[in-house]
Amino acid sequence: MFPKEFQYASPRSVQETVQLLNRFGTEAKILAGGQSLIPLMKLRIASPKYLIDINRIRDLEYVRESGEFLLIGALTRHHTLERSELVKDKVPILSETASSIGDPQVRNLGTIGGSIVHSDPAGDWGATMIALRASFNVKSLRGERSLDSDHIFSDTLTSSLSPDELLTEISIPIPPRDRSGGAYEKFERKVGDFATVGAAVQITLDKAKKAFEKIGIGLTSVAPTSMRARRAEESLLGRDVTLANLDEAATIASEEARPIDDVLRGSAEFKRAMTKVFLKRALIKAAGRAGVIEIE
Amino acid sequence: MAVATFFGARVNRREDPRLVTGNGLYTADVVLPNMVHAAFLRSPYAHARIKSINTEKAKALPGVIVVVTGKDIASKLNPVPCAWQLTNAEIKVPKYYPLEIDKVRYVGDPVAVVVAETPYQAADALEAIEVEYEPLQAVVDQESACKPDAPLLYDNDVPNNLAFHWKISSGDVSRAFAEAEVTVKERLVNQRLLPTAIEPRGALAQYNPSKDELTVWITSQNPHVHRLLLSLMTGIPEHKIRVISQDVGGGFGSKIPCYGPEAVVVLLAKELLLPVKWIEDRRENYVSTIHGRDHVEYVELAGKFDGTITGIKVITYANLGAWLSTAAPGVPTILFGTMLSGPYKIKNLECEVFGVLTNTTAVDAYRGAGRPEATFILERIVDIFARKINMDPSEVRIKNFIPRDAFPYTTPTGLTYDSGDYEGTLRRALEISGYKDLREEQAARLKSFLQESTETGKRKRTKEKLIGIGLSSYVEVCGLGPSSIVRSTGFALGLWESATVRVHPSGKVSVFTGGHPHGQGEETTFAQIVASELGVNLEDVEVVHGDTDKVPFGMGTYGSRTTPVAGGAIVFACRKIKEKARKIAAHLLEAREDDIVFDSGRFYVRGSPGTAKTLAEVAWASYGAGSSELPSGLEPGLENTTFYDPPNFVFPFGTHVCVVEVDTETGQVKIKKYVAVDDCGKQINPMIVEGQVHGGIAQGVAQALWEAAVYDKDGNLVTSTLSDYAVPTAYELPSYETASTETPSPHHPLGIKGVGETGTIASTPAVVNAVCDALSNFGVKNIDMPLVPEKIWRILSSSSPRLESPSSTTSPS
Ligand SMILES: Cc1cc2nc3c(=O)[nH]c(=O)nc-3n(C[C@H](O)[C@H](O)[C@H](O)COP(=O)(O)OP(=O)(O)OC[C@H]3O[C@@H](n4cnc5c(N)ncnc54)[C@H](O)[C@@H]3O)c2cc1C
Repeated sequence: MFPKEFQYASPRSVQETVQLLNRFGTEAKILAGGQSLIPLMKLRIASPKYLIDINRIRDLEYVRESGEFLLIGALTRHHTLERSELVKDKVPILSETASSIGDPQVRNLGTIGGSIVHSDPAGDWGATMIALRASFNVKSLRGERSLDSDHIFSDTLTSSLSPDELLTEISIPIPPRDRSGGAYEKFERKVGDFATVGAAVQITLDKAKKAFEKIGIGLTSVAPTSMRARRAEESLLGRDVTLANLDEAATIASEEARPIDDVLRGSAEFKRAMTKVFLKRALIKAAGRAGVIEIE
Repeated sequence: MAVATFFGARVNRREDPRLVTGNGLYTADVVLPNMVHAAFLRSPYAHARIKSINTEKAKALPGVIVVVTGKDIASKLNPVPCAWQLTNAEIKVPKYYPLEIDKVRYVGDPVAVVVAETPYQAADALEAIEVEYEPLQAVVDQESACKPDAPLLYDNDVPNNLAFHWKISSGDVSRAFAEAEVTVKERLVNQRLLPTAIEPRGALAQYNPSKDELTVWITSQNPHVHRLLLSLMTGIPEHKIRVISQDVGGGFGSKIPCYGPEAVVVLLAKELLLPVKWIEDRRENYVSTIHGRDHVEYVELAGKFDGTITGIKVITYANLGAWLSTAAPGVPTILFGTMLSGPYKIKNLECEVFGVLTNTTAVDAYRGAGRPEATFILERIVDIFARKINMDPSEVRIKNFIPRDAFPYTTPTGLTYDSGDYEGTLRRALEISGYKDLREEQAARLKSFLQESTETGKRKRTKEKLIGIGLSSYVEVCGLGPSSIVRSTGFALGLWESATVRVHPSGKVSVFTGGHPHGQGEETTFAQIVASELGVNLEDVEVVHGDTDKVPFGMGTYGSRTTPVAGGAIVFACRKIKEKARKIAAHLLEAREDDIVFDSGRFYVRGSPGTAKTLAEVAWASYGAGSSELPSGLEPGLENTTFYDPPNFVFPFGTHVCVVEVDTETGQVKIKKYVAVDDCGKQINPMIVEGQVHGGIAQGVAQALWEAAVYDKDGNLVTSTLSDYAVPTAYELPSYETASTETPSPHHPLGIKGVGETGTIASTPAVVNAVCDALSNFGVKNIDMPLVPEKIWRILSSSSPRLESPSSTTSPS
C-alpha cells in the first residue's frame, strides 16, 4: 500500500490553485480530505504526478446563510455539516446525511466537495444534493460557471468538471420552514459501510399541508451515478400525502432504479425491493417532518 | 491481608495503559540502523504455471538492492513445514516452497521478493518484475476439488487433492440409525473467515556476523515454535536464532503458523548483512495469512420421540487451501471430530473428514479452531431435531446432557471431561433471559403478524417484526494439552508449558512464561497468581514473555491454553520456591522447618507471628548465602524453572441464549438480547473473563450475521479489503448479559479452565438457531451463514407463513 511518487503543492488561495490546475491539468489531482483519493493512490489505481493540497485554503471551508440559500464551501468537512446548528436549523437533511457517512475519522477529514467531485454512486451526498436541487460553483483560470444537480455527475466516478476546474461552493435553496421536510434513509450492511441503497427526499407541502407542492428524490447506489427518481417525483407532485400514493411512488422509483448485482451487498432484484422500502420510509419521515400528523 | 485476595480480584489490566496510549512495541515499530525493506510479488492467478520471470528492469530501479525468485533460492530454503501430521489418515504433505518455483497455487502465492532501501522503492520494483504465466484451471471449493476430474495442485504427490482422510467412530452407529424413531439430516456450511488481526503480520531480521547470530522480530503467538521452524527451513541452527515478539496486535490463530516469506526475510538478512524488514499490508494479509473454518458438512442425527439422541453421523469436507499450514490437519479432525458429542451422552458417533487442497489461501486454526465447527453442527442439528419432534429445544438439551454426577466422564471419542454441570448453566441462562416470557411474546408477535398480513390482503406488508430465540450449549476441549495424548495424534511437539519464577535479592519477582499473551490479559492474571502464591505485591511482579533468549522453551498462546497450562507451570514454580524459602526461613528463625508457617508473604514460627521473615528477607539471605543465612547443603539463589505437562485437558462449558428480531420488510436481523452463562472453573480475574467472553461472542456473532471470505470461481478473493469484508463494530453488537457458574477443574492446581474461545464457540449457533427459529413458520429449516438480509428477505417474500405446529405436518421417518 505505497503510492507512486508524486510532486506536492500546497496553495494558499483559490487563484493559486486554479493556476496550478491550469498548468498541470490532467496530470494533477486536488487533495481535499483524501478519504477517497489516498486509498486509490495507495492501491495504485490513481497515480497523479502532482497533488494539489487545498487544505490550507481557509476560505473554502464555511457554511453560511445568504438570502434564500445556504452556501457551503467545497472544503467543508462532513463532521461540520453533521454538527452545525445553522445546518440543523435550515436544512436538517444535510446533517442527517453527513451522520450516515463512514466513521468519525472519515467524517472529520472528508469533505462535501471531495465527495461530489469523486462522483461515487455509492456516495451519500449525491442523492441529497439531488433531492435539494443544489447547485455547484466551479472555477478555473478560464472563468466561473454553475452546474445544477442534474448535471454535476457525468458517470461512475466521473464528475462534469474539467481537469482544470475547482469546485468552490455548493449552494442550497433553503426550504420553507413550516411545511417542508427532508429525510435520508440509508440501508447498509454495517455502520460505516457504503450504502446498499439510499434514499433522500425533500418535500414541500401546500399551505393546507395535504398535497405535495415540491418534491425532490435522490437515490444512492442504484445507478451508475447518484440518481434522480424523476418519475417518482412526477407521480407525487400535486397529489395528496396518502400511504397509497407514497407506496406507488416508491414502486415507481424502484422500477426506475438501475442497480446491479454484487456479491457483497446483494442482487439487483433485492436492491430494487430495498429501494422501495427505504424510499417509502424516507417519504413517511419527510412528510412527518413537514407537519403531516398521520398519513392514511 | 489484602494480598490474599489477588486471586479472584477484578484487577485492571496492567498491559492496557501501555497499549491504549500507543506505547506498545509491535514488530513494525522496531527500527534498526541501515534497515532495508522487502516486498513480495504475489501471483494474480489462482493456478498457473510460471513460464519465466524477468527481474532485470526491477533490479535497475533506484534503491533496489536485490530481486530474488523462487528458483534463485530453491536450494537454500526447505519447504514450509507442517507440524501436525495425523496418524492413520494417509496424510500427504506436499512440498510447498517459501517462494514458488514453477507453479502458483492461489492468488497471493509469492513468486519473488524485492529488497530496497525504502518500502516505496520496493513497491515500485514489484511492478517492474515481468512474470509470464500460463493460467491453469483453478478449483476453489472442496467438494469439487476432490472429484476425479478436478485440476490437481500437486499432480501425483496429492492424488485427488486429498491431503488426508480421517475417521473416528464409536458405538454402533448403523444400528442407532436403523432403530431410530426419528432421523434428521442437513447439509451445513461453516463458511471461510478472515482472522483480521488489526496488526498484520511481519518480520524484521538482523544478522550479527561477529557472533554468527540472527535476531528475528516477528509477529508470533509462539516465538520458540517460530524459532524451531525457521531453523528447519533455513538450516540456521536453533541456538543461533533469537526470536523476539513483544507486543502482538491480535492473532486469533493466524500468527501460530510459520510462513514461507518469514524464512525468506531471515535468509536475506543473513546474505545481505543488512537488517531486512517486511510488513504486510491489509490486502496482503487477507490473501496470504491463513483463513479459518471452511467446512461443508453432512450431518445426520438419530433419536427418539421422547427427545433422546441416539446417534450422530458426520461427513466433513474441510477446505485446507493451497498448502498444509503448520497446524492445519489437526484442526478439522482432532479438534473437531473428537468433540462431536458435545455436552450430550451420545454413545454412537461416526465422523469422516476429507481434508482437501484447493486454489485458495491455506486454512488453519482460527479462534476456537475445530471446536466452533463441531459445536455449530451439533447445536444446529439438535435444534432441527427438536423442531421435528415438536419439543422445546431447551428440553431436548436437558434430556441429553451428561449429568453433573457423571464426571469425570469418558466420551465415545476417548476424551475424559474433567467436570461439568451443563444443566446448571442452561437453567441459569433460561432464567436470566426470561425464556418462558420470551416464548409467549414470540407467539403473540407471530399471531399479530399473521393477522395483519391476511387483513391487509397483502401478505408480509407489515411492520411487525418477528422474534426468534436461539440456544446453544457447548463444552470445549482446551488447555492444550497433555503431551502424550497430543503426540499420539501426530503433533510434532508436546504441549506442556514452561515457567521460570525468579525472586530477586530485593524480593521483587520476575516471571518468565513460555506462553505468549497478546491481548488476553495474562500479564495481569499471571501476576495475580504469583502475588497470591508468594504473598507479594502485584506491582512487585513482572511478567516476561516473547523473547527466546529470556524465556525457556515454551509453546506459546493458542487453544485457550495459556492460563491453565502456563499458569499451572507458574503455580508449581512458585510452590517449589516456597518450599526452599521455608527451609531458609527456618534457618533464619532457628526453628524446625515443620514449625514454619507461611502466610501472606511472611514466614514465622507457629504461635509467634510477631517475629517473621518476609519473602524479601528470605530472598536476600538466599543470595547472601553466608552460613548464617543459608542452611548448609542448600544452593544459593531463589528461583525455579518448571515444565508443566497437564494430566488432562480442561473442559469449560456453558449455554448462551440469543434473541433476535427480524425485520420482515428488509430481512435485517437485530440482536435484542444476548445472555451468556459460562463456566470456566475458578476465575483469577472475573473482569478479564468477561472481556474474553465479550470479544469471543462478537467474533462468533460476526460469523453468523456478516463475515464471509468470498472467492469468485477463478479464485480471486472478492473480500480482500476491510471495506468488503464486513467486520462488525460495537454499533452492530448487543450489550451482553454475562453470568457464570463455577465448577473447578479437579485436576488443575488452581481449578481453572480456559476461556479465550468459549464465546466464539457458543455464539455462532445461538444466533443462527435464533434466526431459524424466527422463520420456522415459513418452513425454514436452515439458512447458510452469514445470515445477510437478502437471504432472509427471499424466504419472507417467497413462502407463506403457517401457524400450525410443525409436529402435525411431520411423521416419523
Ligand atoms: C472507510 C471509509 C468509509 C467511507 N464511507 C463513506 C460512506 O458511507 N458514504 C460516503 O458518501 N462516503 C464514504 N467515504 C468516502 C468519503 O466520504 C470521502 O471523504 C469522500 O468521498 C471524498 O471526499 P474527500 O474530501 O476525502 O476527497 P478526496 O479524497 O481528497 O478527493 C476525492 C476526489 O475529488 C477531487 N476533489 C476533491 N475536492 C475537490 C474540489 N474542491 N474541486 C475539484 N476536485 C476535487 C480529488 O481530486 C479526488 O479526485 C468513505 C471513505 C472511507 C475511507
